Amino acid sequence: MPRYVVPRQLVYPGDPIATTDYEVSGPVYIDNGRYRSWCLGLVEVKDEKTINVVPLEGTYRPKVGDTVIGYITDVLAIGWELDVRAPFSAYLSVHDAVLKPIDLESVDLTTLLNIGDMVVARITDIDVTREHPISVTIKESNLGRLEGGTLVEISPVKVPRVIGKKGSMIGVLSMLRCEIIVGQNGRIFVKCGDVRDEAFLASVIRRIERESHTTGLTDRIKETILKYLSERGHQ
Amino acid sequence: MTKAPPVPLLVGDRRSDGRRPDEVRPIEVEIGVVTNADGSAVVSYGRTRVVAAVYGPKEAHPRHLALPDKAIMRVRYHMAPFSTKDERKNPAPSRREIEISRVLREALEPSVFLEHFPRSLIDVFLEVVQADGSTRAASLTAASLALADAGIPMRDLVIGVSVGLINGTIAVDLNSLEDQYGEGDLPIGIMPNLGHITLFQLDGSWTRDRLVEAVRLAYRAVGEIYGIAREALKKRYFEAVQEAT
Repeated sequence: MPRYVVPRQLVYPGDPIATTDYEVSGPVYIDNGRYRSWCLGLVEVKDEKTINVVPLEGTYRPKVGDTVIGYITDVLAIGWELDVRAPFSAYLSVHDAVLKPIDLESVDLTTLLNIGDMVVARITDIDVTREHPISVTIKESNLGRLEGGTLVEISPVKVPRVIGKKGSMIGVLSMLRCEIIVGQNGRIFVKCGDVRDEAFLASVIRRIERESHTTGLTDRIKETILKYLSERGHQ
Repeated sequence: MTKAPPVPLLVGDRRSDGRRPDEVRPIEVEIGVVTNADGSAVVSYGRTRVVAAVYGPKEAHPRHLALPDKAIMRVRYHMAPFSTKDERKNPAPSRREIEISRVLREALEPSVFLEHFPRSLIDVFLEVVQADGSTRAASLTAASLALADAGIPMRDLVIGVSVGLINGTIAVDLNSLEDQYGEGDLPIGIMPNLGHITLFQLDGSWTRDRLVEAVRLAYRAVGEIYGIAREALKKRYFEAVQEAT
């Protein structure tokens, strides 16, 4: 049965990919026995029978287990409302934020987290029937409030590219010896010893977003970083 | 009845602007023109020029509008006060604009996977910056390209084109003169990959044969415009590559 695409082909919404006897993953839907793309994407042909479509544009769709970076948008009676770049609001309850029980009558929640604070959180539940459909927790290691540093916002569909195949890109980025936290919602937090490194790293991440669909990107980024490091060494 | 046009609409097989009846005006498409928006496009059909901006999917406000099983889409078609030729258009939304907004929303909805985003809202803004006929067709194309640029899941793009009857001849992509003095007007929205029609309006009186011929011409014109739209989407990505390498 036919395959309608070639490797690295750009597909548009509605373009046929292959018949349903292929295994097609990514942003695709089935129409009349054929897989069609539902957004702008690049085709990856894995082998004889499997095809993957990599989206070039997309919005963040929250999933349980995702690590996200959010802003506190409101302080409520027993928790906080967060913006995690999803179409729904997220909720962090006091229970999921503090290790020891606290007395809600005497403790002002704003002393723990206030509006505008940035947190790394993990999504624990999604239920669209609730007022705040997304529930998050910060009660795990590597989660919690973020201080200082720089936040870079990129398109959520480019996040896998910033991480790279088996973490190859993130490995290259960590040559700068900075703290890098990648949220699945496309927010990336970077914190370096030197503020100039932060600005440089932010520009590199934006470049990865812009050139995500090109080949040999990891090597080019590695080259840029090595050049930057050697120039910085001379100063 | 209607007055005579200031210039003849059709002389031989040439229209008032020098086109043949089955010829569309020069089409221009550019993606990502409104950087604040999640997706945007500007589309020109000759002198008709429409800017589209898409925001969302986001939380639906006011809350009571939200639907439990799918997103709602809000479309605002608006003509800028400076878009028309003779008199300044009143910027307040007119009866006509409110109606076109609804018609365009209904033409876009079948192409978008609204069920992927329950309780959310997708905002589509369409601003006609220069009007010279076929504004709703150009708006439809612009809106659908802006939705694709925003990465909203779509079954297919929707491309709009108008077909009309001038002096008994079927002509595609009417300009405002032909729209005003022609005998019939058929704006049509087509999903080119799937071949489905999502917008079909008609005025004037048409015979069955002429209507069939008009729809056939519309499909052909849509194919042409779709090719240009695809190139524009591609350009947004592959210019960045050339800069890089």
